[in-house]
Amino acid sequence: MALINYASREINAKIVYYGPGLGGKTTNIKYIYTKLNPSVKGKLISLATELDRTLFFDFLPVDLGTIRGFKTRFHLYTVPGQVFYNASRKLILKGVDGIIFVADSQIERFEENIESFENMLDNLTTYGLSLERIPLVIQFNKRDLPNITSVEELQKVMNVNNKYPYFESVASQGIGVFETLKEVCRHVLKALS
Amino acid sequence: MREGINIFEEDFWAITDVLNRLLQGTNSRTILLIDKAGQLITSVGDTAALDTSSFATLSAADFAATSQLATLIGEKEFSTLFHQGEKENLYVCLVADRVILAVIFDMRATLGLIRVKAKNGAAELEKIFEEIFNKLDKDTSASSEIDADFTKAAEEELDKLFGF
Ligand SMILES: Nc1nc2c(ncn2[C@@H]2O[C@H](COP(=O)(O)OP(=O)(O)O)[C@@H](O)[C@H]2O)c(=O)[nH]1
Ligand SMILES: [Mg+2]
Repeated sequence: MALINYASREINAKIVYYGPGLGGKTTNIKYIYTKLNPSVKGKLISLATELDRTLFFDFLPVDLGTIRGFKTRFHLYTVPGQVFYNASRKLILKGVDGIIFVADSQIERFEENIESFENMLDNLTTYGLSLERIPLVIQFNKRDLPNITSVEELQKVMNVNNKYPYFESVASQGIGVFETLKEVCRHVLKALS
Repeated sequence: MREGINIFEEDFWAITDVLNRLLQGTNSRTILLIDKAGQLITSVGDTAALDTSSFATLSAADFAATSQLATLIGEKEFSTLFHQGEKENLYVCLVADRVILAVIFDMRATLGLIRVKAKNGAAELEKIFEEIFNKLDKDTSASSEIDADFTKAAEEELDKLFGF
């Protein structure tokens, strides 16, 4: 989890975008990259296939600024969603401080969301982690499309009793992207103290 | 086991000292210490032209992917990696199972010497990190510096960064 260096006065935390393939994780991080001021962002690294599918991860460092003398930086990662890339997903979860689960709201992707969510829980367990300790924020993406599951139905399978904060989004238009990120950052910083 | 790393003054200077001696003793260009999750712990030497953040992430990914390759051929882990370029080379090894030591060097240094000295350096670092991890296991509260006031200041910075 977070790396806190009291000598160089730095805090580094890792946030991972998780979710089924083609759900919009890379779109989130690319939007963040295009909108943030150059002074607060690092280079966007994408280890992708030629078809622009995430192969290993996307990575973007974001400087939050200085909090009580600590230079605070978030490292944003996305995982590859395709089922067969589980080894990569697991590696990226290593040392995670906060998770954004990007769900694909389209009716035909309903099952894949559940599978991916369960897969996330399994992978966390292998590191001895759980959502009791790692903050999670859910993003119901692609709300612009006509063939989507209602938020209530999605909540029933991924977020019973409103346990986790959630946002509706249209990542391709930037809607809900920063709201989701800010929420997870808040919880991660709170968990540090 | 706790996954986070908190590094306090004395440990930090001890680490930097080991790295500086390694840098000078091998004539290498840059040395970076990176946690397995991809975060840069510290670096010494010439980093002016290096995107250390990207470097740290990709080294950790490289190491992680290579470890998986190792298991596929029945090894637990490859303890070192070496990438050879035309001018610059990269030597990478693991410290205390959780930290990656990366040495960037050119023709002024030799791989043989780096191998030997990095191994010694890694052993010294291992002792320091064992202490760091011991401290973490005993005391899970981060520090009095990261408290409720910190959380409040953090909220303000978030508002500023995102503008809402
Ligand atoms: N209509 C619509 N398309 C989206 C939205 N978010 C992402 N997409 C598209 O979905 C596809 C997959 O997105 P991508 O970010 O690569 O998914 P990832 O596999 O989760 O990284 C791309 O063609 C995006 O343009 C959205 O909110 N609405
Ligand atoms: Mg992607």
